[in-house]
Amino acid sequence: MHTTPFPFLTFLVLAPAVGAAVVALVPARRVPSWFHEALGVLATAVTLAVAVTVAVRFKTGDGGYQMTSNHVWAKSLGIHWSLGIDGISLFLVLMAAVLFPIAILGARAKRNPRAFVSWVLLLEAACLGSFLSLDLVLFFLFFELTLVPTYFIIGGWGYARRGFAAIKFFVYTFAGSAFLLVGIVSVAFIHRSQTGVLTFELPALVHTHLSGTEGVLLFLAFTAAFAVKAPVFPFHTWSPDAYAEAPTTGSILLAGVMAKLGTYGIIRFDLNLFPEASHTLAPILLTLGVIGILYGAVVACAQRDLKRLVAYSSLAHLGFIVLGTFALTTQGLSGGVLQMLNHGLVIAALFLLIGWIAERRGSWKVSHLRGLQLSAPVMAGIFTLVMLASIGVPGLNGFVGEFLVLSGTFIVHRWWAIAALAGVILAALYLLWAYQQVFHGTPDEENRTTRDLGWSERLVIAPLVILIVFLGIYPKPVLDRITPSVDRLVAHVEQVTHTQQPGVATTRYASVATGTSHAAATAPPHGAPPATARTTSSVGGRP
Amino acid sequence: MTSPLLAVAAATIHTPHIDYLSILPVLIMMGGAVLLVVVSSLVRKVLGISISTLVASATSVAALVAAVVQWYHVSAHGPSVTIAGAVAFDGFAVFVQIAVSMAMLLTALVADGYLRREGADGPELHVLALLSASGAMLMGEANDLIVVFLGLEILSIALYVLAASNHKRAESGEAALKYLILGGFSSAIFVYGIALVYGATGSTNLPEIADYLARNFVASNGVLLAGLALLLVGFGFKVAAVPFHMWSPDVYQGSPSPITGFMAAVAKVGAFAALLRVFMSSFGTLRTDWQPAIWGLAVLSLVVGAVLALSQTDVKRMMAYSSINHAGFILLGVQAATVQGVSASLYYVFTYLFAVVGTFAVITVVARDGDTGHQLADYRGLARRQPVLALAFVVLLLAQLGAPFTTGFLAKFEVVAAAADAHSYALAAVAMASAAIAAFFYLRLAVAMFSPPGPVGDVALAGASPSGQSAADGAATGAGVALAFAAAGDPFAEPASLAVLTEEAPEPDVATRRVAVPPLTAAAIALCVAFTIVFGIVPAPIVDFAHQATLLLH
Repeated sequence: MHTTPFPFLTFLVLAPAVGAAVVALVPARRVPSWFHEALGVLATAVTLAVAVTVAVRFKTGDGGYQMTSNHVWAKSLGIHWSLGIDGISLFLVLMAAVLFPIAILGARAKRNPRAFVSWVLLLEAACLGSFLSLDLVLFFLFFELTLVPTYFIIGGWGYARRGFAAIKFFVYTFAGSAFLLVGIVSVAFIHRSQTGVLTFELPALVHTHLSGTEGVLLFLAFTAAFAVKAPVFPFHTWSPDAYAEAPTTGSILLAGVMAKLGTYGIIRFDLNLFPEASHTLAPILLTLGVIGILYGAVVACAQRDLKRLVAYSSLAHLGFIVLGTFALTTQGLSGGVLQMLNHGLVIAALFLLIGWIAERRGSWKVSHLRGLQLSAPVMAGIFTLVMLASIGVPGLNGFVGEFLVLSGTFIVHRWWAIAALAGVILAALYLLWAYQQVFHGTPDEENRTTRDLGWSERLVIAPLVILIVFLGIYPKPVLDRITPSVDRLVAHVEQVTHTQQPGVATTRYASVATGTSHAAATAPPHGAPPATARTTSSVGGRP
Repeated sequence: MTSPLLAVAAATIHTPHIDYLSILPVLIMMGGAVLLVVVSSLVRKVLGISISTLVASATSVAALVAAVVQWYHVSAHGPSVTIAGAVAFDGFAVFVQIAVSMAMLLTALVADGYLRREGADGPELHVLALLSASGAMLMGEANDLIVVFLGLEILSIALYVLAASNHKRAESGEAALKYLILGGFSSAIFVYGIALVYGATGSTNLPEIADYLARNFVASNGVLLAGLALLLVGFGFKVAAVPFHMWSPDVYQGSPSPITGFMAAVAKVGAFAALLRVFMSSFGTLRTDWQPAIWGLAVLSLVVGAVLALSQTDVKRMMAYSSINHAGFILLGVQAATVQGVSASLYYVFTYLFAVVGTFAVITVVARDGDTGHQLADYRGLARRQPVLALAFVVLLLAQLGAPFTTGFLAKFEVVAAAADAHSYALAAVAMASAAIAAFFYLRLAVAMFSPPGPVGDVALAGASPSGQSAADGAATGAGVALAFAAAGDPFAEPASLAVLTEEAPEPDVATRRVAVPPLTAAAIALCVAFTIVFGIVPAPIVDFAHQATLLLH
């Protein structure tokens, strides 16, 4: 760990927060109506610039936390303003920084843009704060803070049943985090009883010794919050309502960024703090992941409403992330982390496109739409690309992540991976069906006059398209940064649980995905007994 | 020459030395009250509201200053016991003085606008509030069960009258009668508890009781435990812990709104202060006996408060149940029976005071003339009409809910930490789960404010068809929320129209005039909101303040 003179990470959290305050304080009557949106875009652009700077300064081979900053926040409570970034959080931060300006520009609020932009910026601060916090209470604060702006975004600017969706979302996720707080406090006090120091900092708390039962209970308390937030089946019931009733911006941010808070929480906190319990309970979580994949896909097939269809497909994709995570292999975990990034980009693009369709046609019911590709060819083209990425067609980003997840799972939990494969096929089924219904066929009078994407809209979605293609062709720069941190995490889990992943799982995935020969030294054929000696390079780091 | 003088001296009754500084805030409060009464009966005309507000706020500020002086005195010279051991002069006591004087100040500001609007005259409300506050202060520094009782009665009797003070509303009188009768019962039980404790230990002085219990092993302590149980019932009544909460929804609903806020804040501060001191200082050695009882009270208050609040459509009743839920949270700190637990409870009470007085200030304002507009429907469209007031209310509600970066979160964090530290993990989990349930009704109120205004009293109608729809939808997905929705109706849902992209429903043509926010009330609300947010983001000053407010004996 090393500190940088300029507190980049603190700046990253505070920039949108200050932006939110400024936007809220500029009175609406004095300025033109676009002014607040411009301010919002400026704040998110500054944040994005800082995030890119962080990514540039990020040391690739280092698996530990970088650019940390640590200040006492409430001394007598033992809470610290402790931020840090590693390969796991780096791309989530970047993704969030990219998605927020797109979310503001892509779907503008119909009324009161001042309040809307202000809430969105506050949400960005909370999301970035959650990804960067290394102090558990600080994380919890940001994690909870995300609820307030989201609640107002859904409730204030959503569709017909917005109030119901907003309260349901809030109460479900708040109930989940109730147990998280108790869990955090309990871990800290168990740690204090062992060391005499009251702290909530993750790097210190990973050394807490927990008995089997304690570990399992605490794991469940933490996972309850993350599983609701993600959402993981069967805690997903709030999400189709919230995704469908939220305004487009809200759907993008809910599915693109906030869903990752749950899966990120599992990787960052569950695996680090409770490796033993994570290992013991992995089959349960794997099963839930697979059920999520299949259930999400099957229910998505039955939807007649594009937004709900995408909402259920999101459940399926999050199932893949959970699957990769609890495979507890380097490959699976890296795939899971990469898939978080991929899913964020793809689902944001999908919701954006659906939002634009609805804006033009006044509906996102599949039955109201037909033959749009004639009148809106560019939109159809982009939709095709994004849809194919979501299905997981090779050459686009979805494939790389899903492949790593499935192969990482296959070597240790063969049958789960095979069951999950069915989800990939179903995804092709429902997405292609929806595409056919909406874009193919002969349009009726109303659909024939649909406006194609304007230049401003093409510009807004362009970054997502470029990233989707780029990550599909050349994911190596991303994987190179994710791998050391994942290696470190897997090594930590293995050290505590006295297990070892099969050697094949440590194969450098860059080679798997792109064909460059960057293979690891030892790669016994699978089915062989676990490799006896892992390369020391991947074990380094934690004592 | 000297002997006759000596004889005279010997004949006088020996009075204890009185450290006036230790009871200065109490004296100031009582003095202010007496001054107001005397002046109002001497002048020929009826005393103007401005003058009584001025005297009441000046008295509160003076008491606050005196309490701050006390704080530095205690910090410099350490805690002590004065007036023949009847009064404890420690950080804990001073903390209570500061809390109560702040609550009194805020209430005086809110009451001013209320009295003007209702066309009331005379200084009675302020006088009674000052007296009641002095009772709460006395409870905070009582070092003897008799003095606790004295404080309790001063607090309560003034509150009974205050509850009845709106003679235009029948509910006000009804509330007061209910409060008086049940309060009388609980006082009697409390006194009987004191008697039993005295019988078992031979003293009513808290340190002496502790001393007795430390030195003697009581083999058969049935009488003592019975006394303790009765004391707990008395306190439980005052803090409105379940199952001694029956009075509070009716009384909260019926009392004049500013008084309800005062009652929620000051009665809780005083009663919890005395509860903490009595149980921690005197009966600390018996904690294994009383902890389970507190555990039960806490669980019941948490769950019953949160669940029953869900179905309320009267905002003041809702807040009464919310207050019961908060009492459960504060009991978490008591149940821990540790130093951290005490400071966590103190912090909770202190921050809750601002949230609840501010909340009732908004409720007072929204209720309009006659103090009657307390239905959820009265809040519809508030955000459109008066965005600042609505935003302030949302902040106060979020603080009560425990949202991050408000004092409410830190308060919940502190008590949960204290409970976890005492290994009461289950209790901590129940508490947080109840907070999640409570989130529902706070948000329901927030959503009502942000939804378009409906005709007053239309909430049931407006909610009827969507609530059926949401209940049906929820039944498929989550039974808990579905139940809540079915019970509550959905105050904000609009009838779903065929087009998915419904624009905002046009504003119905109803009387949606703005409510007047008197400047002093606005100032009080601003103070409460500022406190809630500033010390939510910069928690150290208040957290450290509560941590330093230690008991003389624990």
